[in-house]
Amino acid sequence: MIELLLDILSWVLLLSGSFFCLTGGIGLMRFPEFFSRIHAASLTDTLGASLILMGLMLQAGITITLAKLIMILILSLIAGTTASHAMAKAALKSGMCPLDQVDRSQQPEIKAYKDKS
Amino acid sequence: MFAVTALTLLVVMALALARAFLGPTLYDRILAVNNFGTKTVLLIAVMDFLAGRPDFLDIAIVYALINFISIIGVLRFFEYAQQKTVEHGE
Repeated sequence: MIELLLDILSWVLLLSGSFFCLTGGIGLMRFPEFFSRIHAASLTDTLGASLILMGLMLQAGITITLAKLIMILILSLIAGTTASHAMAKAALKSGMCPLDQVDRSQQPEIKAYKDKS
Repeated sequence: MFAVTALTLLVVMALALARAFLGPTLYDRILAVNNFGTKTVLLIAVMDFLAGRPDFLDIAIVYALINFISIIGVLRFFEYAQQKTVEHGE
């Protein structure tokens, strides 16, 4: 009984994690410029990875596998957010700016970015 | 159920790869490659349960570390290179 409950819970977690990952992938493909793309990718990446790894944890039971999964979860939470932050900061420093602020500024790099995307 | 998750992750990886090829700027490509790497970690972890091989998780941990460090390294490199070109251009 309790095993069936754990199985159902882990299926729900895995499926919702897959859904969020798919949403992030579609957002990465469809959004118009870099900052909206990084929004879609990094947010859904955090949530989707956490949900999928939690679903796997419920399947693992209390073994060494659980410890490794917890390690991957902590690592991906720290690394993913840090990498997204670094990417957005590097893009801002290189002269890009979000699409709704492009019209307000007339810098040549931002114009070039707008023409390219 | 693991197969459904693995298939979804493969679809997402294909989308990220398409963005890495299409991406108009450098940072779009870096973002797509980062997304591809994190999805690869998840795919390896799911394949562990799908194939019943418990040693795949170690590979997933190593891949997560390499992915993070390579993204930070590439960002540092291009930040520095662009600053250098700006200085030389002036």
